[in-house]
Amino acid sequence: MAVKTYLQAISDGLRDEMRRDSRVFLIGEDIGVYGGAFKVTQGFQAEFGEDRVIDSPLSETAITGACTGAALMGMRPVCEMQFSDFVSCAFDQLVTVAAKQHYRVGTPVPIVMRLPSGGGFSGGPFHSQNPEGFFAHCPGLKIVCPATPADAKGLIVEAIRDPNPVLYFEHKHLYRRIKGEVPDGEHTVEFGKARMHQEGDDISIVTYGAMVYTAEEAAKQVAERDGTSVEILDLRTVTPWDKQAVLDTVAKTSKVIVLHEDTHTSGFGAEIAATIAEEAFEHLDAPVVRLTAPDTPIPFSPPLEKAFLPQVEDVVAAIDKLSAY
Amino acid sequence: MAVAREATPVESAEDVRAADLDREDLLQIYRNMLITRGIEERGHILYRQGKIPGSFYTGRGNEAAAVGVATAMQPDDVGTPIQRDMGVHVTRGTPPWRIFAQYMGRSDGLAAGKDGNVHMADIRLGLMAMVSHLPAMMPVAVGCALSFQIRKQPRVAVGWSGDGAMARGDAHEAMNLAGVRKLPVVFIVDNNQYAYSTPSKLEYGCVHLADRADAYGFDGVVVDGTDVLTVYREAHAAIEKARAGGGPTLLELVTLRMEGHAVHDDAFYVPRELMETWAKKDPIERYRRWLKEQSLLDEQREDEITVDVKKMLNEAVRKAEESPLPDPSALYEGVYADPEELDTPHHR
Repeated sequence: MAVKTYLQAISDGLRDEMRRDSRVFLIGEDIGVYGGAFKVTQGFQAEFGEDRVIDSPLSETAITGACTGAALMGMRPVCEMQFSDFVSCAFDQLVTVAAKQHYRVGTPVPIVMRLPSGGGFSGGPFHSQNPEGFFAHCPGLKIVCPATPADAKGLIVEAIRDPNPVLYFEHKHLYRRIKGEVPDGEHTVEFGKARMHQEGDDISIVTYGAMVYTAEEAAKQVAERDGTSVEILDLRTVTPWDKQAVLDTVAKTSKVIVLHEDTHTSGFGAEIAATIAEEAFEHLDAPVVRLTAPDTPIPFSPPLEKAFLPQVEDVVAAIDKLSAY
Repeated sequence: MAVAREATPVESAEDVRAADLDREDLLQIYRNMLITRGIEERGHILYRQGKIPGSFYTGRGNEAAAVGVATAMQPDDVGTPIQRDMGVHVTRGTPPWRIFAQYMGRSDGLAAGKDGNVHMADIRLGLMAMVSHLPAMMPVAVGCALSFQIRKQPRVAVGWSGDGAMARGDAHEAMNLAGVRKLPVVFIVDNNQYAYSTPSKLEYGCVHLADRADAYGFDGVVVDGTDVLTVYREAHAAIEKARAGGGPTLLELVTLRMEGHAVHDDAFYVPRELMETWAKKDPIERYRRWLKEQSLLDEQREDEITVDVKKMLNEAVRKAEESPLPDPSALYEGVYADPEELDTPHHR
């Protein structure tokens, strides 16, 4: 085990898979000579050559379609959208072509889309989004949202080995801010298995990605203030999602907050809340609270962006509301 | 300004020898064109009989374009044919009974009822199934070519578009990436002059669609798509150029769509004189006449082929009708692939 940043962990996972499997190659904008806008692939072109670390033209549709074609020919492509926001330009190739290919004619499409996502640094409406909700609505895609360095490595490796199109959302705000123990060598994390971030007795928070840390800070504050005990469940993957782990934590605490950075209406939290209502109604002692970004674009100016993103104080307020119910 | 080369027609027997086709090859092309049209004519009858759900599309007038290109492909080459390209599926060896089963939504259709009409392909024959959002498979063909280049395999990908679909961004991004990396890919435009009811003049402002190739750094060629031997010669040259590392080519195969967009459409908007002009260039009749002029097809052989194709297609329809409709439980199968499915020859 070594302590790594979230970014180093992604990079390590990618490098290990490229060394292990010659079918894995990378394609994206500025990922070669420059090493990627966030330097996740720094040094990769020197090690693996220009044929396996491909600087593409500014063409999200062609990048994604080319990944599908290469995958159909037996390769294991990993592409980078420079910001997850730009995946909108590849929507058709993902949703129309890649996601439905296996269902229609039985040919697997093992591709990975790396999607630097999330806000918190005034990236504005086009460099800050969390578009997982669009894709969670599309059968045939898998969606991964790691929160820890260990999961960042284990899930990128699992994504590359998965026989389906996988959207790997890597949260930009975690890249260098979050450090943690990462297993050396072979390390995979199974999709659809949530991670218990911290156990608690009074209130559960179901979340994923960067919001795990917002929840953690809020939980710390209320524990120190009055001893309120908060359980935090990190889903790790949105498709497939660990329904059983969610139902278990609801059964344990009977009060639940569903927290994500994506916007509110039809966000994935709605699916979680509906499932709790359908399958754990008898366990609830209070209505499910959905805590999300509001239904607006992500604004640029710091006070506006802060108002948009769920903050620690918003989580504390939600905990207090549920405690008082 | 037109910049693409306009292909001169193949005419003499000497031209054909230069194209490396012997008599049996030439007759096989004829047979494949007959099978192609025969499948679509029978499909239309089945549709009118209520045996085919949904809609029904044909490629009448495009038989030479499709068969000519597919004949020029080698066994390890791959392609993404679209809705007027039944001849590609036929030439690559898709059994006609499975195509009828596909039309009828049966379990033995290539999409086993999950998708209909020409949305089908057998990857083992090097073909990938089209989607409705044309030309979304052009970037996919580029990705196949990219994998061949990375692995240094002597294979070529063929990516299809229609004239209407060339207005969409996928076409631009695919050709640009292919041009930048000099990928072993050949782009085919089935230019049948109409995108549903919209004529070419409302779809593009250049003289020829093949002129665009110049902007991407490769050659464009305009070909009479009703002339199977010229299509074959140009496709063969482009495919072998790509295989040798010479990069992409854009071939624009000009035809007229001789029926409506689909069978519900009587194509009233196509001027009658235009239809009559192109009817005289019917690709099968034209080729049959040429074979006879060159003494490559006598009456006896023609009868043999005609009878054999008819018998084969009748048998194919019968066999397809025996194929069961899918069980409703199949709805839930196959949304995601299992890991062991990657352990197949084409995925290694």
